[in-house]
Amino acid sequence: MKAIYIMWLRQLKRYWRSRGRMIGSLGQPILFLVALGFGLGAIYAKAGAGNFIQFLAPGVISMTILFSAMFSGIEVIWDRQFGFLKETLVAPVPRFHIMMGKTLGGATISIFQGLIVFIITLIAGFRPNLSYLPLAFLFMFLIAVLFTSLGVAIASQLDDMQAFPIIMNFLIMPIFFLSGAIFPLEGIPKALESVIKFNPLTYGVDGIRGALTNSYYFSFFIDFIVITILALIMLAIGTYMFYRAEA
Amino acid sequence: MKQETIIEVKNLVKKYKDLMAVDNVSFNVKKGQIFAFLGPNGAGKTTTIKMLTTLLKPTSGKIIVNGFDPLNQMLEVRKSFGIVFQDPSLDNELTVYENLEFHGIMYDVPKEIRIKRIDQMLKFVGLWERKDSFVKTFSGGMKRRLEIARGLIHHPKILFLDEPTLGLDPQSRNHLWDYVKKLNKEEEMTVFLTTHYMEEADKVADIIAIMDSGKIIAIGTSKELQKKTKTNSLEKAFLALTGHIIREETGTAKDRAKFQNRMWGGR
Repeated sequence: MKAIYIMWLRQLKRYWRSRGRMIGSLGQPILFLVALGFGLGAIYAKAGAGNFIQFLAPGVISMTILFSAMFSGIEVIWDRQFGFLKETLVAPVPRFHIMMGKTLGGATISIFQGLIVFIITLIAGFRPNLSYLPLAFLFMFLIAVLFTSLGVAIASQLDDMQAFPIIMNFLIMPIFFLSGAIFPLEGIPKALESVIKFNPLTYGVDGIRGALTNSYYFSFFIDFIVITILALIMLAIGTYMFYRAEA
Repeated sequence: MKQETIIEVKNLVKKYKDLMAVDNVSFNVKKGQIFAFLGPNGAGKTTTIKMLTTLLKPTSGKIIVNGFDPLNQMLEVRKSFGIVFQDPSLDNELTVYENLEFHGIMYDVPKEIRIKRIDQMLKFVGLWERKDSFVKTFSGGMKRRLEIARGLIHHPKILFLDEPTLGLDPQSRNHLWDYVKKLNKEEEMTVFLTTHYMEEADKVADIIAIMDSGKIIAIGTSKELQKKTKTNSLEKAFLALTGHIIREETGTAKDRAKFQNRMWGGR
């Protein structure tokens, strides 16, 4: 257990010491919030659907967590590059603990980024219902764990610094755009809807949006169960990947 | 002298697609011995160490380390040894102290002992005053010393040293070997090392195995090797056994990629 803690602590220290990364990774969500939120807001309102920021904010928070979580896998590749991964793999620590340490470290950072963006959405005019705030945090935690473990599992099998961001973008873009983060799922074509229902992020966005604006597309229980089960499966796969990993 | 075997290797093979990195190697290391692996670049020394330390799975053959099998009893094997890798393996973004603390906690060294040992090791390698410096500010030699300190924090039964003195000045080198010998005597720590420096192997090692192209071609004390080749120094014996041709470093594809990355300045 202590091994999980020290791995987690190490990642937080590294994050805290790299302010550029902290600030740089906020650019994209803010851009989406401004460009889409204010750009499409007028049309959205004209269509009689209300305030677009109100709809978009949970999506942008989810997006921040998705990007940050998936990319935290790159830490594993750095560790491999600088040799530190050997030090970790040669330690008498069960591989499951290594997977947990890596995942919780990246997930904590992603949640933190998500919270900063949450505050920014409040400034931009988002007015959430705060009575279910803990449920929103729960979903932020779950998607952070799910996507960090996915990123870490992929990174554990790669040793190519250049390939990782390309693969990540290839995965992240469809996960983000086809998730209901930026448009409502009511009245979209059936084919698109079935694709979206296959996307894990859809349930995470719905969970956060449901908790913050009282409007679940599915329901709390469906969102919770789908994301939890997927996160556990990903952790198991990641553990197996580290079990197999050679340094 | 009655000694128990602590490392047992039988018919060990590691095969990459078209390359026999380790080709049917067998040897034993007795408890408390200092065992040196000598060999030209690409002889398979590091690959063997990686298999002994659970970092690589053998293609075939049997290994027993401290009574455990690295394939099925990984955690027990990992608890048994400390290692100084050939390549750097520190976290540059952490301080000296944080690197050592990370290691101590990963190896489950109790807190009071951990603090005491970190102090003791830092003083031994002469980095005590720099304990709060970031590793990225260190020279190659200082990093090496830190890695050696780190490998000893959990007082392992076996210490693997893969070319530990590479890039060290003669002072640090002497200091290191004196300490290794002391640990070996006082703590009965078995030491398994590889080096290119003949005089070091000659001075430190009880048993020397000479490896070339994945095979062990001779094994024995320095005296025995000299006698066998009818030479009067270990270096001459080594050259007599391995020839004068300069070897190409035939690393794995991974190693080559890493090397290229370094060449092109990938941090």
